[in-house]
Amino acid sequence: MKSPILMGKIWVLLGEKGRLIEDIDTDQIFHNAFLHITELRQMGQYALGNLGGWKDFPGKTGPGDIIIAGRNFGAGSSRQQAVDCFKSLQTGIIIAPSFGAIYFRNAVNSGFPVMKCSKLVDLIASGLLKTGDEIRVNIRTGEGQNLYRKEALFLEPMNEVQYNLWEVGGLFSYAKKMKQD
Amino acid sequence: MGYTIIEKIIRGHTDEEVRTGEIVWMDLDVRSARDFGGPNVVKNFYREFGDTPVSDRSKTFFTFDLCVPACTLQYADNQQVCRDFARGRGIKVFDVDEGIGSHVLIERGLAAAGSTVVGTDSHMNILGAVGCFGQGMGDVDITFAFKTGKTWFQVPESLKVFVRGEPSSGLSAKDLTLSIVKQLGTKKAALKSVEFYGAAVRNLSISGRITLCSMVTEMAGITGFIPEFKDSVASEIKSLSGEEFNHPHADKDAVYSDNITIDIDGLGPQVAAPFLPTNVKNVGDLGRVKIDSGFIGSCTNGRFEDLKAAARILKGKKVKEGVMLKIVPATRKVYKQLLEEGILKDLFESGAIISNAGCGGCAQGHIGLTGKGEVQISTGNRNFEGKQGKGQNYLASPEVVAASCILGHIAGPEDI
Ligand code: SF4
Repeated sequence: MKSPILMGKIWVLLGEKGRLIEDIDTDQIFHNAFLHITELRQMGQYALGNLGGWKDFPGKTGPGDIIIAGRNFGAGSSRQQAVDCFKSLQTGIIIAPSFGAIYFRNAVNSGFPVMKCSKLVDLIASGLLKTGDEIRVNIRTGEGQNLYRKEALFLEPMNEVQYNLWEVGGLFSYAKKMKQD
Repeated sequence: MGYTIIEKIIRGHTDEEVRTGEIVWMDLDVRSARDFGGPNVVKNFYREFGDTPVSDRSKTFFTFDLCVPACTLQYADNQQVCRDFARGRGIKVFDVDEGIGSHVLIERGLAAAGSTVVGTDSHMNILGAVGCFGQGMGDVDITFAFKTGKTWFQVPESLKVFVRGEPSSGLSAKDLTLSIVKQLGTKKAALKSVEFYGAAVRNLSISGRITLCSMVTEMAGITGFIPEFKDSVASEIKSLSGEEFNHPHADKDAVYSDNITIDIDGLGPQVAAPFLPTNVKNVGDLGRVKIDSGFIGSCTNGRFEDLKAAARILKGKKVKEGVMLKIVPATRKVYKQLLEEGILKDLFESGAIISNAGCGGCAQGHIGLTGKGEVQISTGNRNFEGKQGKGQNYLASPEVVAASCILGHIAGPEDI
C-alpha cells in the first residue's frame, strides 16, 4: 500500500505581478517542438520550458517537490507529455484551483496526483503559501499543512476512482488488475 | 432532487451514485478510433495487452476520416496498422470511403439516444444531436475503452440555455449557432453539459442539430442536448436506427449550475472573423472583405441539407473568377443523395471543386490548406490561427459561403 501522505517543498507559479499564472496551456508546459520525444527520462528537462519566468524550472526542482499553479492549469491540447514531463522530474503533486479537462484526465490516467484547492489565491495573497515552504498533504482526505508556517490547508479530497488509479499506478495497470479480479 | 439529461444517461450506464462532480465508472455502448489517434491506440494495446482480444468487437470500430484516402506515407502506414489490428480481431472498419466517423455512427444507428460513445475525435459531442452522449478522448483512454468497455467520467454540471425569439426567415442553423457561440463565449459553458430549449432550437432538423451540438466544443462545453424535437426529426432518426427515438428528458427538479436566456430575435446572417470562433459579427457589419476561397463541408456543415442550401444559391450562377470553392460532403451517403438529386451537377457547373466524403478541408488532409495572405470563408467550426494553413478563416453558413463565392467578397444570400 502506498502512503497517501505526500510531503515536499513547494514552487508557486507566480507571474510578473506576483499573482498565480492562470490558463497555463500545454504548449507552455511542454512545447510541441519536443513532441517526438518518447523517453520519459528525457522529458523532464523541457517542463515549463515555454512559460515566461519559469524556463529554468527543471534545473532548480528536485524529486518530491510540489507545484502550486493557477486556475485552468493544462488548458489546450491533449498531449500526454505535459503530464509525463513532471513524472520525469519526479514531481510529487500539482495543486491548482482547477485543471484543463483533458489534462486532468491524462494525469489521473497515468497515476500522477493532481488536486484542486479553491483557497490558493487567498492563501498566496495573505502570504501563507510561498515558494520554498514545505507542505504535507493527505491525498485521500484532502487535509494538509504548511509545515513551515504551521498553517492548515484544505484541498478537495481525491475521488475514489482517482485515488484507486493513483494507487495502482494508472489506467493500464488498473485494466490488468480488473482482469485478474 | 432530480437529474439532468447527462446525469440520466450516466445513471443508465453505472451502478454507482451519480452526483455532479463525482467520478464514476461508466459502461460504453460504442468505442471508436480514427486514422489520427487510432494507430497509437493499436500501439498501446499491443504493448499493454499483447495479442488479447478487445472486450466486445461488435461495439468497437475504426472510422477513417481525416486523410482519406491517405495522402502521405505516414497516414497510409497508420491506416494499415489499424486495418491489420482490426482484421485480426474481427473489428469493423469504416474505411476511407465512408466519411466523417461521428456522422457515420449516426447514419448507421450506432449512436442511439441515451447511449454512451467515445472516440478519438474532439467533436464526438456532435452525437448530442441525436440524444447520445459522445465524448472525445486521447489514445490512452480509448485503448482502455477498447480493452474494458468502460471509462471513468466526472459527472459535469449542466447549464440550461433558453433560446428566445424568432430569427428572420430563412436563417440557417449555423447563424443561430454562431450567435449562441458569441453569447456564451468560452467561459459560460466551460466543462458543462448544455441543454438547449426554445422554439428556434426545437424546430431544428437533424442536420441543424448537428451544427449546433458540434460547436459546443468551441464553447468549451462537454456536450450539448436539444431534448425537444419535431415529429419529422423523430421519424428520420427512427429510419436511421430502426428504433423509436426516445430522447432522455431532465427531471423538473433537476439542478443546473446556471440558467441563461439567449435572444435571437430578428437575427440575420452571422460570421466569425479570424482568429476565434467566438469573434462573431453580423455579416452586414463586416465591411467589404474580399475572399480568395470558400469551403463548404466539415462535421459542422457537411450534411445533405447544408450542401443543398448552398446549391440553391449557386445553381445557374458561377463562382467568381479568381475564387475557388471547395465542397466536401460529410459522408458517402450524403454524396449519393447529392448525386441522385442532381445537386452534384448544379454544384459542379457553378465551378466548385467537389471531393470525396470526409474531413478534407477542415483537417489538414485533402482539398484544404490556405496559403499566407489567403482569405477563406468556411463552414467549419474553428478558425484559430494556423488551423487550416497560414491564411485567415471566416466561419459562416453554407448559404453565406455560397453567396460570398459568387460575389468574391463576404456577403449574405440576400445580396445575390
Ligand atoms: S471535420 Fe474537422 S472538426 Fe470535424 S471531425 Fe473532421 S477534423 Fe474534426
